[in-house]
Amino acid sequence: MPEPERGRPDSRETVSVYVVGFFLLVVLPVLNVLPAEDSWLHLSDFRLNQFGKFLAFAILALGLDLIWGYCGVLSMGQGVFFGFGAYCMGMYLTLQIGTESVYGSELPDFMVWTQVKELPLFWYPFKSFFGGFFGAILVPVLFATLFGFLAFRSRIKGVYFAIITQALAFAAWLVFNRNETRLGGTNGLTDFKQLLGYRLSDPSTQRGLYILTVMALIAAYLLCRWIVASRAGKVLIAIRDSESRVTFSGYTPWMFKLFVFVVAAGLAGLAGMLYVPQVGIITPAQIGVLPSLEVVIWVAVGGRGTLIGAILGAVAVNYGRSVLTNYFPEAWPFILGGLFVVVVTMFPDGLLGMIRKVTDRHKPPAPELKADGRTAA
Amino acid sequence: MTDQNLILQCENVVMDYDGFKALNNCNFRVHYNELRVVIGPNGAGKTTLLDVICGKTKPTSGKVLFGKGTNLVGKNAEDITKLGVGRKFQAPSIYSNLSVWQNLDLSLKRASKGVFPTLMGQSSPAERARIEEGLETIGLTDHAHDRAGSLSHGQKQWLEIGMVILQEPSLLLVDEPVAGMSDKETEQTGQLLTKLSEKQAIVVIEHDMDFVRQIAKIVTVLAEGTVICEGTVETVQADDHVREIYLGRAKVAH
Repeated sequence: MPEPERGRPDSRETVSVYVVGFFLLVVLPVLNVLPAEDSWLHLSDFRLNQFGKFLAFAILALGLDLIWGYCGVLSMGQGVFFGFGAYCMGMYLTLQIGTESVYGSELPDFMVWTQVKELPLFWYPFKSFFGGFFGAILVPVLFATLFGFLAFRSRIKGVYFAIITQALAFAAWLVFNRNETRLGGTNGLTDFKQLLGYRLSDPSTQRGLYILTVMALIAAYLLCRWIVASRAGKVLIAIRDSESRVTFSGYTPWMFKLFVFVVAAGLAGLAGMLYVPQVGIITPAQIGVLPSLEVVIWVAVGGRGTLIGAILGAVAVNYGRSVLTNYFPEAWPFILGGLFVVVVTMFPDGLLGMIRKVTDRHKPPAPELKADGRTAA
Repeated sequence: MTDQNLILQCENVVMDYDGFKALNNCNFRVHYNELRVVIGPNGAGKTTLLDVICGKTKPTSGKVLFGKGTNLVGKNAEDITKLGVGRKFQAPSIYSNLSVWQNLDLSLKRASKGVFPTLMGQSSPAERARIEEGLETIGLTDHAHDRAGSLSHGQKQWLEIGMVILQEPSLLLVDEPVAGMSDKETEQTGQLLTKLSEKQAIVVIEHDMDFVRQIAKIVTVLAEGTVICEGTVETVQADDHVREIYLGRAKVAH
């Protein structure tokens, strides 16, 4: 009885991943460069950049899906880890502005107008690109390790964990808003000029960042797929199904939770790092309670417990927002909330669950696929 | 005190829930490779006794000595599992979103169950053979790749027994395995437990007296948190005290 050693995701999924990966990595940038500006095939710089932003969000969603979709632990504080990553890269980019700033000072503009005379010590590592790069991953990872250790070790579960992570998001928002934090207060960090000597206003730089984001997303997806296909991935699902049984099977559930929580934080940091140079600004408004909640909605809409669903949800909801806010800017929060309610009550498996239902109708049911689509990646 | 043939000795175990003594100076001993059945009226403390042994709850006082005198009191459930105590819960407790095979694969005894060994680990051919053997023992070979949640109630109970035996416990604690099973399933479960008791000690809690008669050699009667009688099914049924507090109220007094 040949049980695949590592659960193989179904072949249609693998094929669609290759197709979509090729499309994002090659086709879109080519459509941006080659066709003439007035051709219907041409993809504008604006659209490509916007896609880059959505794909950075998709990396954030993958992390939440790992901890919530697979392991059943709802974190409502993913925006904080995203913010840590974004601010670390933002600090590097801010220092790269140099004397091109409005006040012509070596110090960031906001420091000049809040009368800070010297660069605070904690800004020093971000003078180098490596400081920003590694900081963007390590700060969220270390913070999540500490926070997760304290929370999971004391067996904080379910709704209590959701609430304390939400409190964390609120606290982070308050701290980042303060001028005394020396991170630009409410206005955040912005007006970036260059990254490693490349001008951020240059379309080719933005194209490069887009391609990097796609590659990072593919790497993040492969990492998550490797985790969920391993035996540890089965332990995550087992924890969701019956945590006490996991203990009696000889595993220590909190260590597995801590592990995925830290991985999710690292992915959130990566997403934040990629977001900042493409969007050009990071403010506390992007890291508080609401942005953290939105990630939950993306994953729920796309289909929790399926990696593809998380990516799909992040891109679809954000694309929907960009279209709909053009027409009904005030209605967006209601649309988003309504979408969440409809999905949770009527389509618990999200968009991907719906797609699977439709495509499975034409095939004889395969037992592996009937598993709520949850054991597959 | 130190009987070499004892795998389990509970000494004066007290479990006090705010004044209600679920276990009251309970003394309970089990030998190696013994199949012991524990009976008793509702609220006698049967499940609490198993909870205390496997580390689910901590007793107020008393000792639980396992194997060569290891005191289990104060140890956490994972460590007690690793020492060789397996627990089958009353309601089927399985991983419904995993396949039967994956359920067994997770339960299989391994050198380390830490995060990184579990992340990197691949089953060796020997381990896969053991899972297949386990599947055969519990009669679920044909359902290996079914989602565990889709099994019938009886099959779920067997799966959980299979999960526990793959942990290779030297002591197996089984809480009401046949509740809700058909007569045929009950009989098969009896045969399964009898077969397993050749290799490990088993403690079974049961209400169904027909089933008790099928499998039991020695029966322990628990009432109000303490052992009141121990012996063969016949001895126990003949005991006046037992009749008075237990059998007199149950349908089985014949």
